[in-house]
Amino acid sequence: MTRTDKETLLAVEGLGIAFGGLKAVNDVSFEVKPGEVVSIIGPNGAGKTTLFNMISGVYRPGSGRVRLGGEDVTGMAPHLLARRGMSRTFQNLQIFQSITVLENAVTGYHLSERGPILADLLSLPSSRRRARAAETGARDLLARVGLERAAEREAGNLSYGSLKRLEIARALALDPKVLLLDEPAAGCNAVETEEIDHLIAEVAASGVAILLVEHDMKMVMRISNHIVVLDHGERIAEGDPAMVSRDPAVIAAYLGADAEGIHADG
Amino acid sequence: MRITPKLATLLVLAALVAITPFFFPSGYYYRVGALIFVNGIAVTGIVILTGYAGQISLGHAGFAGIGGYACALAPVHLGLHPALAVVLGAAVSALLAYLVGRPILRLKGYYLGVATLGFGILVSMVLNNERDLTRGPDGIDVPELGLRALLKDQGLNLTNGEFWYFFCGICLILGAWIALNLHDSPAGRALRALHGSEVAARTVGIDVARMKLSAFVISAVYASVSGSLLALQNKFITPDVAGFMHSIEMVTMAVLGGVGSVLGAILGAGILTLLPQVLTVFAEYEQMVLGLVMVLVMIFLREGLLPSILRRLRGRGE
Ligand SMILES: Nc1ncnc2c1ncn2[C@@H]1O[C@H](COP(=O)(O)OP(=O)(O)OP(=O)(O)O)[C@@H](O)[C@H]1O
Ligand SMILES: [Mg+2]
Repeated sequence: MTRTDKETLLAVEGLGIAFGGLKAVNDVSFEVKPGEVVSIIGPNGAGKTTLFNMISGVYRPGSGRVRLGGEDVTGMAPHLLARRGMSRTFQNLQIFQSITVLENAVTGYHLSERGPILADLLSLPSSRRRARAAETGARDLLARVGLERAAEREAGNLSYGSLKRLEIARALALDPKVLLLDEPAAGCNAVETEEIDHLIAEVAASGVAILLVEHDMKMVMRISNHIVVLDHGERIAEGDPAMVSRDPAVIAAYLGADAEGIHADG
Repeated sequence: MRITPKLATLLVLAALVAITPFFFPSGYYYRVGALIFVNGIAVTGIVILTGYAGQISLGHAGFAGIGGYACALAPVHLGLHPALAVVLGAAVSALLAYLVGRPILRLKGYYLGVATLGFGILVSMVLNNERDLTRGPDGIDVPELGLRALLKDQGLNLTNGEFWYFFCGICLILGAWIALNLHDSPAGRALRALHGSEVAARTVGIDVARMKLSAFVISAVYASVSGSLLALQNKFITPDVAGFMHSIEMVTMAVLGGVGSVLGAILGAGILTLLPQVLTVFAEYEQMVLGLVMVLVMIFLREGLLPSILRRLRGRGE
């Protein structure tokens, strides 16, 4: 797969952060264009989630820049990034446990369903209309990730794999331009993984720029246009799947089982 | 028409308000009922702040004090009709909640609890010490609302007890309706979402600080109106209305009945308002009982009475 020649949507430039003395991420740069899947891989503790947290505004970067559609958005609050078209999922599930599956998905429509709070307090027709539109959208999205039958259940009661898909549905509800997925297939069985795989490809095909962190190498090799390899917070390799899987530094960083995974599909 | 949880709650409340007077042993119980409704209004505000948004206030009685003293002072000093004094008290409470909450709710963590604790103490001190204005700890007279006389002219003749019972009951149903509207609305959903996970709420675009501030301001208005109704029906108010114990009472009532449920919290208000009337010893040991209730609820009924009971019933039904 080759990279498109479209305008860069998300640009990460020399991004870094340290916790105490530990440089969790150091001087990492890459770009993502519309319709591309760019994957970040690396061993446990390499700094992938920390990188996501900086890009999505959860952490303020210690150094470097993040640009979204050309605009410098470094350190911008997550809810403002959401308004600019960024959306993400979490490795350690961040589900609204005590509300229903449907309501979880509906929260993804917050930006389109919110309105004057007075209208909400008095349940004016405008407020009900906004809520209904969001609910219709959310039901469609739940069907898309195979959760339509769980809509009325309390989210906390769902299996891990279902919650992973619920997070994806909620992230898609924002109709994002850039979607960050942190290990979307972790804890999912083979069938679920393949469904998520198809879903990501479908979303990318609709023009969304996707940044993916995933340990399932088969999936990464199959759907990525471009791969960035991190180890100890540093970018140790970058390129298309074939290039990366042949890279001696990558094989050394992974060793063992995962390295075989890379060979198998590279 | 489908019976939604919202409609069910409102029907239950309306039935309770309308039917219980038939069982009153004496006229005195109209007064107890009215007190329950007044506390129920304050506690409904706590449901919005704590049950929906997950924020804790330890000084909500401060807003009740502002609402109460607005009814005592505004008619005398500003020449306002007592009904407009209720509105003025609510507006002042909302403004103060905004000013206190705005800087605090940007911070993560339990700062709101500490800040509201200070706020409540401050209001209480002002009411006790500014004798020239408030007459201090002995309390101050509050003018007649005048609505009962108006109804009498229309041919509806109610005793004072009956009037305040039904008037506060209607106000409580109105307050519950608003809180239930909020629950299922986009804003209410955002509040309950940030309660579950702030980081996820922010990434779906929810302005967490602003939503918490809205909940705090709305709940302050509930407490203020509750304080106003208390002052107007007693035609008298003392600084106790703004005291720390009253703040703790509000939270305990809500937690006992179920802080996530409007009906549950009102049930909690009913139980803890009724107890001292039935058991006179309770009054002596009120602080101890409140403390004990809190500890026991947290250990055995984390969600509160009503949600726990409903869950058990539903579990048996399946
Ligand atoms: N808030 C924090 N405070 C201190 N250290 C942190 C914090 N967040 C991450 N770290 C550290 O930064 C390093 C990178 O962690 P990170 O979670 O980004 O790794 P990862 O690549 O996502 O790993 P995994 O594959 O296990 O998810 C780790 O050493 C971790 O302990
Ligand atoms: Mg991680």
